Amino acid sequence: MNVDLNLLRYNPEFDSRPHFESYRVQADPMERLLDCLHKVKWELDSSLALRFSCAHGVCGSDAMVVNGVNVLACKVLIKDLKQPITVEPIRGLSVLKDFIVDMEPFFAGYKAVKPWLIVDESEHEPARERIQSQEERDRFEDTTKCILCAACTTACPIFWSDEEYVGPAAIVNAHRFIFDSRDTGGDERLEILSQRDGAYKCRTAFNCTEACPRGIKVTKAIQEVKRVALYRSF
Amino acid sequence: MAQIHEYDAVIVGAGGAGLRAALEAGRRVKTAVVSKLYPTRSHTGAAQGGMCAALANVEEDSWEWHAFDTVKGSDFLADQDAVDIMCKEAVDSVLELERMGLPFNRTPEGRIDQRRFGGHTSNHGEAPVKRACYAADRTGHMILQTLFQQCTKFGVEFYNEFFVLDLLMADGVCSGIVAYELATGRLHIFHCKSVLFATGGYGKMFKITSNAHTLTGDGPGVVYRAGLPLEDMEFYQFHPTGLYRLGILLSEAARGEGGILRNGEGERFMERYAPTIKDLAPRDMVSRAEFFEIKEGRGAGPDKDCILLDLTEVDPEVIEKKLPDITEFARTYLDVDPVKEGVPIVPTAHYAMGGIPTNVQAEVLADHTGAVVQGFYAAGECACVSVHGANRLGTNSLLDIVVFGRRGGIAMAEYASTHPLPPLPEGAEKASEKWIAALCDGGSEESTASIRATLQDEMMDKASVVRTEDSLSSVLSTITELRKRYEVCRVKDRSKIFNTELVEHIELGFLLDMAEALVVAARARTESRGGHYREDHQMREDDHWLKHSFITRTAAGDTKLHHKDVTMGRYEPVERKY
Ligand SMILES: Cc1cc2nc3c(=O)[nH]c(=O)nc-3n(C[C@H](O)[C@H](O)[C@H](O)COP(=O)(O)OP(=O)(O)OC[C@H]3O[C@@H](n4cnc5c(N)ncnc54)[C@H](O)[C@@H]3O)c2cc1C
Ligand code: SF4
Ligand code: FES
Repeated sequence: MNVDLNLLRYNPEFDSRPHFESYRVQADPMERLLDCLHKVKWELDSSLALRFSCAHGVCGSDAMVVNGVNVLACKVLIKDLKQPITVEPIRGLSVLKDFIVDMEPFFAGYKAVKPWLIVDESEHEPARERIQSQEERDRFEDTTKCILCAACTTACPIFWSDEEYVGPAAIVNAHRFIFDSRDTGGDERLEILSQRDGAYKCRTAFNCTEACPRGIKVTKAIQEVKRVALYRSF
Repeated sequence: MAQIHEYDAVIVGAGGAGLRAALEAGRRVKTAVVSKLYPTRSHTGAAQGGMCAALANVEEDSWEWHAFDTVKGSDFLADQDAVDIMCKEAVDSVLELERMGLPFNRTPEGRIDQRRFGGHTSNHGEAPVKRACYAADRTGHMILQTLFQQCTKFGVEFYNEFFVLDLLMADGVCSGIVAYELATGRLHIFHCKSVLFATGGYGKMFKITSNAHTLTGDGPGVVYRAGLPLEDMEFYQFHPTGLYRLGILLSEAARGEGGILRNGEGERFMERYAPTIKDLAPRDMVSRAEFFEIKEGRGAGPDKDCILLDLTEVDPEVIEKKLPDITEFARTYLDVDPVKEGVPIVPTAHYAMGGIPTNVQAEVLADHTGAVVQGFYAAGECACVSVHGANRLGTNSLLDIVVFGRRGGIAMAEYASTHPLPPLPEGAEKASEKWIAALCDGGSEESTASIRATLQDEMMDKASVVRTEDSLSSVLSTITELRKRYEVCRVKDRSKIFNTELVEHIELGFLLDMAEALVVAARARTESRGGHYREDHQMREDDHWLKHSFITRTAAGDTKLHHKDVTMGRYEPVERKY
């Protein structure tokens, strides 16, 4: 079938501002949007720039705004998209070229919440594994699924207007450790999240949860983090 | 002019192998990681099923049994000293990952849970054993995230979206690398004492593959162009359960949890091919069985060109809980619900057993006699130690990348702290500079995409699960032709910022190199062993072929093959029955 695409193009070397260009390719309804973008790149205009790698929704490279909502281009099928399909780069991060945005501020937010297991270094490391029940493990299962694609963070209206806000993805990654029974860094992490740019910025718009391609309940995770932060009250 | 950076140790690649190495090297010497992808985009994150270690948390087990299975699975081509090291160190490697925070699934006692996987048995082949440690069907994701978290914690220095083009050598000693910065189009020289390549596989030479678009064999390609050998390139693994047409992987864990393969007649055909362990036979055997079922007219689907993975008898709760991702893949991409119906699958190009030859310290070998290249290391899928021989067992690669990534990181740091910085060769970046300028000079009718598509089709048709002298000769002449087309092909995009056409074009060059090495080595090996199956030489020939092949490209552009003896140990070759 014919597939019509409107792509927001921008190459700072040649363009003064972003502009839409239209393309038509042939595709099967079961093909991914990523396949169609490849057809544009490989058959029509090789200068189209986008990030991609795994092509099945596990590496987090290709979040973009498709018909107004954040998705991974490799995880939506043509049959599910209204035509012409409008594709834009994710918002709130500066566009470097076409669909490639500057990811550094996103990773800075991630890093700010100390996204690693914090344990009491003075204690002896166990010789074998730490014991954790499957129930304790399940407590943070949802937030371990994050692939750092930025779909949530760049769907968040607070993030668009406030570049200091760490954003939903960072809080999701903090949640993954705060609710891990093995982690002892709760206080340091919650202190960071209780500051001005932390979890309280969230106004529960739910955009993030809708955007998450991994089906993580992002808003719920943020609420849970807020709640424990409140109990510890700094 | 290229920008010059000075380090003690430079790691190329930020998948499981690269990150594990970085944790070791970074704590000892000044280290940088250079990667064409952001670390968490690496394909280690796509690994699903598990990582093996004889923890014996669920069933009796021992590292020797694991070693036996690995050697037998390799069709006796693995070096047994290396296998022993890997299987022994497996236990600590898994425990160490847990202590870094990896969220493994748990047993009722709160220990790391384990499950079955193809080819892993107790007591030398008696019965399947639960040896694979796992986190749902996202084990690789958890490994990659955990290692990245640790690197973030320890402040490892990353150069992300830097594409490595060349290896620098001064008098046979490695002195650094040249990289192209995607965001600016600028060249960078990383001048250092030791380099470790951890660039992953090259499945993109085949049409149907579980590999990412970015797995194009750049690391082994750079090595091959430097006139250094590649080992056992003819051994490429096809995984029996790739989603029909797409190749997206459905983990072997699906069969470990009770899934069954059926042909178009509904028959559980693996009973005929491997009466003892049936659907859990090693991948090479199952892929071949599927190939012949389809070839002999017993395929499933309207075109009788696929097999069905039947999970309908597995408890739906197990499917949703332990195989959530692959269930979603089938639903999303094929519109098939595994809980209710068989999932159409085909063999998919999955894993490179061959690669850059190394010893157990991850030092790169300069030739088939075992001499090493000073200061140069490799680990992970791009390397060949060899622990997988002619066929890798499931879950042994995540293990390999962690064990040998760690060893490589330590070895390269020790080397760097006891050796001076070698001089930088005169005009180190000149070759890369000229190369890129030439690619962007003038025009042509050729396109990267069409050359690549032809390569992928031909390799899938003629050099995949089943090969013959004729099919390999035919694909070799295609590769020669494609090379000519490649030589004249020019990059149309002339921009400096994120010129991804240029990158894809360079990657295609490496793919052509990998394909050539694979096909030449496969044509020479007139026997069948593990993943290499010759319809015209169906038997394994230990008298002639119990040896590794080393392929090099000469200055004139020809290929040369040498052989290296397999390091034997406790296990003598026997017929491989399951
Ligand atoms: C779908 C799938 C499922 C799997 N499941 C399992 C499993 O359950 N158990 C198991 O044991 N194994 C599994 N495997 C195999 C295993 O995942 C891989 O072999 C392993 O993860 C490879 O890791 P690596 O670190 O060597 O490479 P990768 O993780 O592929 O990383 C390669 C790195 O090299 C970088 N790179 C490449 N070229 C360049 C260049 N030119 N310049 C700079 N950087 C470069 C990339 O950016 C990337 O960071 C699976 C594989 C696939 C494809
Ligand atoms: S929470 Fe979901 S949307 Fe946000 S970065 Fe992680 S995977 Fe992407
Ligand atoms: S390409 Fe990996 S998530 Fe889409």
